[in-house]
Amino acid sequence: MNYRAIRAIYLFEMARTWRTLLQSIVSPVVSTSLYFVVFGAAIGSRITEVEGVSYGTFIVPGLVMLSVLTQSIANASFGIYFPKFVGTIYEILSAPISYFEIIIGYVGAAATKSIVLGLIIMATAGLFVPLHINHPIWMLTFLVLTAVTFSLFGFIIGIWADGFEKLQMIPMLVVTPLTFLGGSFYSVNMLPSGWRTITLLNPVVYLISGFRWSFYGIADVGVGLSLGMTLGFLATCLAIVWWIFRTGYRLKR
Amino acid sequence: MSPIISVSNLSKVYGSGFKALNNINLDIRRGEIFALLGPNGAGKTTLISIICGIANPSEGNVSVDGHDIIKSYRAARSMIGLVPQELHTDSFESVWATVSFSRGLFGKPKNPAHIEKVLKDLSLWEKKDSKIITLSGGMKRRVMIAKALSHEPQILFLDEPTAGVDVELRKGMWEVVRTLRDAGVTIILTTHYIEEAEEMADRIGVINKGEIILVEDKAKLMEKLGRKQLKLHLAHRIDAVPPALAPYHLVLSEGGTELVYDYDTAGERTGITSLLGDLRNAGIRFSDLETSQSSLEDIFVSLVRAP
Repeated sequence: MNYRAIRAIYLFEMARTWRTLLQSIVSPVVSTSLYFVVFGAAIGSRITEVEGVSYGTFIVPGLVMLSVLTQSIANASFGIYFPKFVGTIYEILSAPISYFEIIIGYVGAAATKSIVLGLIIMATAGLFVPLHINHPIWMLTFLVLTAVTFSLFGFIIGIWADGFEKLQMIPMLVVTPLTFLGGSFYSVNMLPSGWRTITLLNPVVYLISGFRWSFYGIADVGVGLSLGMTLGFLATCLAIVWWIFRTGYRLKR
Repeated sequence: MSPIISVSNLSKVYGSGFKALNNINLDIRRGEIFALLGPNGAGKTTLISIICGIANPSEGNVSVDGHDIIKSYRAARSMIGLVPQELHTDSFESVWATVSFSRGLFGKPKNPAHIEKVLKDLSLWEKKDSKIITLSGGMKRRVMIAKALSHEPQILFLDEPTAGVDVELRKGMWEVVRTLRDAGVTIILTTHYIEEAEEMADRIGVINKGEIILVEDKAKLMEKLGRKQLKLHLAHRIDAVPPALAPYHLVLSEGGTELVYDYDTAGERTGITSLLGDLRNAGIRFSDLETSQSSLEDIFVSLVRAP
């Protein structure tokens, strides 16, 4: 293992975060706070409780997931797309490092950022509503798994994209709708039965459900299923990344 | 001594079907400066890209100091520093950070003293804390060289290193290259400035349309360069070169109105004086004469234009 190279890539990417602190940390925190004001305070005050938890408290895990998902994808896709765009990827490709090490560097940095961000948002949420975490270890497990999985997914998008438009397309058109419809703001049980079945095709439902369970012990689907789906998505992303590097898809001519 | 880079039967066909390299065989000697000359689109950059791991070969093998570039890519790549043709740099990083990053990427432990030396050698020390975006084109070029040298490579690829670089800076760059060569680094440079190859290289290879068409010691090429031609425009047409002039190996051309004499300026005697004397004795008179010298450029152009 070329640990120094992993470290170099990781620190390079983290340095980018500090340079763009406003955009990468402050802006998600501000937008999440707005969600709390709108949904938690304004609308939430009219909704009594969801499955025994006050509405404001209920939406916290979903909001954290919303930010972790979108930020993981944004960070990782931009992290690998940008060197491709400006041409500095030549150095990564010509360095004595394996693909695995490249991924640890880029995906590790992107995941770190979104985990930190998730924790900051949780802390922010604690200022608005009372929070309690029943299963802290599981909470962290779901957080880390989701951050890593979606950073990998972002990495794939960043490699696939050959323009800034494509870089935005998947997050905007696919991920945001899936997240909003994934039970961030409501329990799947609140839906009519037909919609419920359709919703269960949405992978994000399982992530949010599992994550919410680790907080309040309530879930839309079984925790084992949540974990299984998360791991399954992780395995899919790993397989695609493995194929990308094996073939040099969009990286090597 | 075994070659430091050995390319055998290397071909590259791009996805579009374009054959960029066709059965390349090339050995680079340890410690030499090798200049790869060729017109645009000849395959210079493709060849370098494959050796450095940026492009995949379609067929053939490359080994770097005995390490196959695919099977033992770590060992092969860690020996190579690459300065690509295009100015690919980060924008918001400082010079120091980007050069240190390169060293880390190549798995070398931190060595601020070495980075400092590289930056000083390339006259970048004053700019070490500047963001790259604020630098001029020539400085960015030197930053890329500094990145390549940051990990102490034994082989340095310079792809068109002096394109768009002013004369003074170019001379400074050659100074750096010579110093590196003296330290035992093997240097492969591509260029289409022929004077550059003439000035720097130990050996010269010419590549055209994906094929290596000539590899020769520069000294041998220069011998060819040292040859001059004397053309005599005759006052009267002759049918054949008189036997008395046979030792000069004259060639009769232009329908018998021109005599061509090849001679070597490096020789002690050019033979021109005696030739002119013998011509008068043979009763051949000429109305005009001209001499010409074939340059590396002429050789290059004739090679590249050949069908």
